Amino acid sequence: MKPFAYHQPEQIPDAAKLLTSIEDSKLVAGGMTLIPTLKQRLASPVALVDLSKLGSLKGITDDGPSITVGAMTQHAVVAASKLVQTKIPALAALASMIGDPAVRSRGTIGGSVANNDPAADYPAGVLGLGATIVTSTREIAADKFFLGLFETALEAGEIITAIRFPVPLKAGYAKFKAPASRYALVGVFVAKFADGVRVAVTGAGPGVFRVPPMEAVLSENFDPSAIAAIRIDTDGLTSDIHAEADYRAHLVTVMAKRAVDAALS
Amino acid sequence: MGNVIGIGAAPKRKEDQRFLTGRGNYVSDIKRPGMTAGVFVRSPHGHAVLRGIDKSAALASPGVIAVLTGDDVKADGLGSLPCGWGISDAKGVPMKEPPFPMLAQGKVRFVGDMVAFVIAETPEQANAGAELLKVDYEVLPSVVGVLEAVRPDAPQLFDDVPNNICCDWELGDKAAVETAFRKAAHVAKLSLVNNRLIGNPMEPRAAIAEYEPGTDRFTLWTTSQFPHVVRFLMGALVLNIPQHKLRVVAPDVGGGFGVKQFHYGEEAVITWAAKRVKRPVKWVASRSEGYVSDRHGRDHVTEAELALDENGKFLAFRVNTLANMGGYLSTFGPNIPTNLYGPLLGGVYTTPAIYCNVKVVFTNTVPVDAYRGAGRPEATFVLERIVDVAASEMGIDRVEIRRRNMIPKEAYPYQTPVLVQYDSGDPMGCLDGALVAADVKNFGVRKAASASKGKFRGLGYSTYVEACGLAPSRFAGRLGARGGLYESATVRVHPTGQVTVMIGTHNHGQGHETTFAQIVSDKLGVAFENVDIVFGDTDRVQFGMGTYGSRSLVVGGAALSKATDKVIAKGKKIASHLLEAAEVDIQFESGKFSVAGTDRMKTFEEIAGAAYVPHNYPLEVLEPGLEEQAYYDPVNFTYPGGCHIAEVEVDPETGTVTLVNYTAVDDVGTVINPMIVEGQLHGGIVQGVGQALFENAVYDEGSGQLLSGSLMDYCMPRADHLPMMKVATHSTLCTHTPMGVKGCGEVGTIGSPAAVINAVVDALSHLGVTHVDMPATPNRIWRLLQNASLPVAAE
Repeated sequence: MKPFAYHQPEQIPDAAKLLTSIEDSKLVAGGMTLIPTLKQRLASPVALVDLSKLGSLKGITDDGPSITVGAMTQHAVVAASKLVQTKIPALAALASMIGDPAVRSRGTIGGSVANNDPAADYPAGVLGLGATIVTSTREIAADKFFLGLFETALEAGEIITAIRFPVPLKAGYAKFKAPASRYALVGVFVAKFADGVRVAVTGAGPGVFRVPPMEAVLSENFDPSAIAAIRIDTDGLTSDIHAEADYRAHLVTVMAKRAVDAALS
Repeated sequence: MGNVIGIGAAPKRKEDQRFLTGRGNYVSDIKRPGMTAGVFVRSPHGHAVLRGIDKSAALASPGVIAVLTGDDVKADGLGSLPCGWGISDAKGVPMKEPPFPMLAQGKVRFVGDMVAFVIAETPEQANAGAELLKVDYEVLPSVVGVLEAVRPDAPQLFDDVPNNICCDWELGDKAAVETAFRKAAHVAKLSLVNNRLIGNPMEPRAAIAEYEPGTDRFTLWTTSQFPHVVRFLMGALVLNIPQHKLRVVAPDVGGGFGVKQFHYGEEAVITWAAKRVKRPVKWVASRSEGYVSDRHGRDHVTEAELALDENGKFLAFRVNTLANMGGYLSTFGPNIPTNLYGPLLGGVYTTPAIYCNVKVVFTNTVPVDAYRGAGRPEATFVLERIVDVAASEMGIDRVEIRRRNMIPKEAYPYQTPVLVQYDSGDPMGCLDGALVAADVKNFGVRKAASASKGKFRGLGYSTYVEACGLAPSRFAGRLGARGGLYESATVRVHPTGQVTVMIGTHNHGQGHETTFAQIVSDKLGVAFENVDIVFGDTDRVQFGMGTYGSRSLVVGGAALSKATDKVIAKGKKIASHLLEAAEVDIQFESGKFSVAGTDRMKTFEEIAGAAYVPHNYPLEVLEPGLEEQAYYDPVNFTYPGGCHIAEVEVDPETGTVTLVNYTAVDDVGTVINPMIVEGQLHGGIVQGVGQALFENAVYDEGSGQLLSGSLMDYCMPRADHLPMMKVATHSTLCTHTPMGVKGCGEVGTIGSPAAVINAVVDALSHLGVTHVDMPATPNRIWRLLQNASLPVAAE
């Protein structure tokens, strides 16, 4: 790890100001991706702006038709939340499947969503539920937020403060874990709303994406059998030592069926 | 006053008190006054000419004290890292043995090959300096696979090693095998890959070296399984340091699995550097560094053929293997796929003729050497797989074909056609025990239950034997060993009757401090808590070959047993004097020396006291003191073995294999501590399951980059991958070790890969699948099912 300055602002505007005023500064939330990167000397920011003292970013609130999760809320808190378990059990289940207990105790929803790792779980939940990303300056719809490999719509100095999830009629998440890392080799989040079904896939490609053919069919018939014959195109899917693109494409269908099953159970 | 806790008891492990309370003393815990930090600069290329190194920027970096390179090694006239075994081909031509410089000279030959050592005041400064070192590489094409490496147009690692072949080794009667194949009613054939593994001990490697000008002595603290061997190899053959001027300490070591039983270049560089910079130097590897520098294991490509008569009796076995050595010869490298492989191809069967050819091949990968089991898991995998293939092709039940060919209990000692003679064993007894323990008779019910959920269930057997207790020195010498393989122990009885044992084996998780204390407690009648075991320090322990090859109890325990017998013998002489009786009339039992047929006796403590306060003592004929030493050189290997039965469930939709039941009935000879044996079996089985289902070291052909270079990409087995295991012993006693022990450190790893893969193949056999390479990952299984264009249910 190379030396860096360390700031712990207590107000969001102070954090935003530090981020824009110090060139090569980085936000640290739970640090579950950033700290290993620093330790391997793959990144050397001049300063870290730690968000942990921003109390307003923690906690989960019931907004009636939606629930809002503060950006600094840890995965373990979401997984154990009675509110989330009651209103969007699939989201609590998703949080419980991230990493291991140590990661879930430190990693945060805001950090995960801002990092947009192509195999992270939360992007599937956020896109699948059509959530809204609330930042220090604006609100961004999930469909406009994730821009591909580690890329998001966040601008310099913009800080995620919360994620607002609409409560679906039904939802399910099915994850095929990469054997070593336990990231999603393929993870599929399915959510049924009054106006239709959303299907979001993580792990299979360079970033989270939706599957319109499955959404169309499931909107008519919310049953695993409805999508059993839908094969997604392998173009643009990831191939690596763990799985080639065609296997990932196959798993998208299998995991989508299992997500629907989970939503129905 | 504590109790005697003897052989067969299961006390909790003595060493766990300090390990579980955070009071272990590992190399990275050690701090020396004035200590500096060292970092190795490693090749990022698989194969390159080293055109030059510009040290100036690194040397100018804050805190940097020195930068050492291969040129400095050459200028100081230091030796090459030695190989401990010299094998030869069929004509007696010695293996090609190119130099292995401790820092690369002229060329780098694998990603991770060391090109420089940067020493600074702090680790951060050393890292910063290392990043500024300018190394000019002329990158060459790499070759990483054995099949590719032996092609005529392959990149050549060494100018004087044509086709990258280090040695074309063979064993067995080729002509007899050919004759048998001509008469065979059936020939089973199998091509397979034994996947490359990375050991991943919990504690990464580390070392500290210090030079004391006042005494002209060096001390090296290192994460080693064999400090005396490091002292010999490094002192005598690399750095030219006289043995009495070099102390090597291997304190608490957090797991080895073979990875720490080699003399590494890092140890030599650090020791050499400590004298050059006149300050202690410390290096601690990162996990990532371990991946590209810890010696790897396995990595074979094999063609095997088994000839059978019409009744399924094995007539002959022929095996051709290409074994990957990596970029250089490591300490035991060429011995593993040859001497520890070919002689095990007889298994527990009466196969009369066996021939094995192994081409030992250099590639642009981390040097390959021993990893738990070392050669024997590879042999077992080939044999136990092809037995299943033959059974399937001939329509004979897999258990039945094994029974028809097994060596009966009465036939021991049994001479195999491949050098080794098994002293004892009862493979049929292990098989019978395992069949019951695994509830094989109700497997059909379980298979039907799986089928009703859309899953395929399979059962796999591995009836196996291994050779351990390394090793009879004379025999090993004939096979190419360049050192002895005995062990030594000193039993020091203190004036108050407590005992300190100095032993040449090394405890890095195996529980020696407990097992060896039980042996002493049992034999001397001394309280278990009054026995301490000292190991891992060449200044405290007389000599030793260390711990590997399931040798600690078999060879070290035998030395300890012999030394204890000498203590008893001397004690009898003292007692004879004190009790005024003839020595032949003195009995020793339960810690008491008594005169036969009388109630006159002296306690062990009284005898110890008399030995150190020799007022009433036969000084004319007996030295004072009570301390005895013994060296033990085994007369044969020991041959533990057994039967493992794995049961798996395959999800055809995703290709996921789940190990649902595992049963092992092993013959490990006398059991000293059943709890420790069970733990060793569990750990060994898990490592074998890891090879079968999860672990794979993958290199990129051409660039030589390690693609599975972290725990994010190299899948270690985890607790939730495993069922509760049923482990039992069915022991016959070894006929030549003092206590009848056979060793248990590696049996689990040796028996299990074949059992698991045989189960996977069984689960898929109704679909025409005849073989699955390791690791049986979901991706691989799914592809196998796709390629067979099988009706995989979509619902």
